[in-house]
Amino acid sequence: MPRVIQRVLPQLLTLAALMALVSVFFPDFLEITYSDGRLVGPVIDILKRGAPVALLAIGMTLVIATRGIDLSVGATMAICGACSAWAISAGYGLAGALGFAMLAGLAAGLWNGALVAVFGIQPIVATLILMTAGRGVAQLITEGRILTFNHEGLAFFGSGDILGVPMPTLIWVLLGVLVALLVRRTALGLLIEAIGINRRASTLAGINSRVLLIAVYMASGFCAAWAGIVATADIRGADANNSGLWLELDAILAVVIGGNSLLGGRFSIAASLLGAMIIQTIDTGILLAGFPSEFNLVIKAALVLVILVLQSPNLAPRFARIARRRRGTPAAGKLTTREAGE
Amino acid sequence: MTSRTLPLFATIAIFLIAYLVCYLQFPAMLSTRVIGNLLTDNAYLGIVAVGMTVVILSGGIDLSVGSVIAFSGVFIAVMLRDTGLHPLVVFALLLAVTTAFGAFMGGLIHVLAMPPFIVTLAGMFLARGAGYMLSVESVPIQHPFYEVLKDAYYLMPGKGRLTLLGVAMLLSVAGGMILAHRTRFGTRVFAMGGGAQTAQLMGVPVGLTTVQIYAFSGFMAGLSGVAFSIYTASGYPLAMVGTELNAIAAVVIGGTILTGGAGYVFGTLIGVLTMGLIQTYIVFDGSLSSWWTKIVIGALLLMFILLQKGLLRLGTARAAA
Repeated sequence: MPRVIQRVLPQLLTLAALMALVSVFFPDFLEITYSDGRLVGPVIDILKRGAPVALLAIGMTLVIATRGIDLSVGATMAICGACSAWAISAGYGLAGALGFAMLAGLAAGLWNGALVAVFGIQPIVATLILMTAGRGVAQLITEGRILTFNHEGLAFFGSGDILGVPMPTLIWVLLGVLVALLVRRTALGLLIEAIGINRRASTLAGINSRVLLIAVYMASGFCAAWAGIVATADIRGADANNSGLWLELDAILAVVIGGNSLLGGRFSIAASLLGAMIIQTIDTGILLAGFPSEFNLVIKAALVLVILVLQSPNLAPRFARIARRRRGTPAAGKLTTREAGE
Repeated sequence: MTSRTLPLFATIAIFLIAYLVCYLQFPAMLSTRVIGNLLTDNAYLGIVAVGMTVVILSGGIDLSVGSVIAFSGVFIAVMLRDTGLHPLVVFALLLAVTTAFGAFMGGLIHVLAMPPFIVTLAGMFLARGAGYMLSVESVPIQHPFYEVLKDAYYLMPGKGRLTLLGVAMLLSVAGGMILAHRTRFGTRVFAMGGGAQTAQLMGVPVGLTTVQIYAFSGFMAGLSGVAFSIYTASGYPLAMVGTELNAIAAVVIGGTILTGGAGYVFGTLIGVLTMGLIQTYIVFDGSLSSWWTKIVIGALLLMFILLQKGLLRLGTARAAA
């Protein structure tokens, strides 16, 4: 089995199990029809609705791999959405709207990155500042109103589709593939993991950890910008109060479900994206299956607890020992080689 | 004045200067009415921030408190509506539940050796989900005892009302100060904030203390939930979203270092009052929009974090010299 598949296998199995479970309660779940030139169906809906969390999860994966965390992505989303809506209504056109939003996202990332890498503030605290102030800044841009716009070009990013596939889906898949290629076809991914495992050691080994950390937070801001564009384009208006509210927690959850350790180090963007889809499948599935949506949070909490137990540094070696004993193989040597190769 | 107490003095100085500025612009700000309202309106935040201070002093974080407060409100409202229990009995039940919930999270943090951030994130989902399961809608509280609690106040000179809620907050802060600075438990908390491994080597029972810390935070969140339900006379599962961040911000503005190991519970009270003062100023001014609150609080946070960082650097430089 290729290593990538092996890595995301638990997430794939979880997703498949969830989809099977939802299908039991809602038999038409897997049905996809083609009408009016676009694909329609619950699965397509999940792929589309999950776009903001998936986009945020891409950047969050990189940040968490450096043993950091970015709490500000929800607020950054609101700022970038507000920027794009403001630019459209001020007559800068589509390029201006996208440009301003991306610039705002990169600026937010630069701010976070500088606080973390230059001033040496803990990531959770450094990004808390923008999380608190960012929504105020977004409201400053929209002047407290929901800034609506009427521009087909920008709305296309939220509700349009190419060859029947919704635009938000295309955006997160494309950005995910691009970032994955960027970090895996170059040494960047390895360097990011090195910082997450031991920043001091990797700096001594010659990695410019300061610049790389800032770049990682800027990447997170960039992803948040696109999430903001999608969310704003979808409702054709920038809602500074609610756009991206608490999505940072969903994004972190997606990364954790993706099996990435919050303690930094090895990461998989594909697994995080699957994590985002798992969250969205739970959200949509609960609604489709006719359960009250208040179960949603409890199920999420249970999911986090299960993952915590599986990932726990205290318990994980015990699980491995039990598994080894059950297999009954003198696998010590074999296991160490595999762990080393992973 | 050492580098340890400097953040506390900076907090107090900023609060006093800010109050002076407010007073010069609006002389009515100094009336006991405004002071009474400042205490009453921020009572729930002050109470929960005391618990958060202890958690942060130990180097942890508790993201679940906002949800626990919302759960408390719904729990109280539903219990009063559906059973004939006296509110005091309900309060006792609730505090037992939230304390056990906090203790459970503390236990998980220790047993699983996972970051408190993610464990309490799960707790946040769980508590809010539990609140939703009790009721999706806002439940009003109509009980004669609640009227008594709401109207209990001491009339200060100048017609300001020192309400029961305000007194409860001040008592919580006093209790927190004794607990953190004058008991064995407090010493253990500070030791853990300095580093769990060092604390263990010094003989601190790390597991027990972790459970106690989060149980205390859960207890304070429950108490804050009681205060909030008296304040609003209702329970709503969607209430208090984001309160955990306000509490964390109040603790940081109050001069406690977020990495743990240094800080004062009294500073947290000043932090809460500073945040309340910003809101009061915006209300008095009338022309400023509410979003300035968030931006000013963000700026204050930044200032204090940079101040602490600078002090830490100075301290290490001096130690090296």
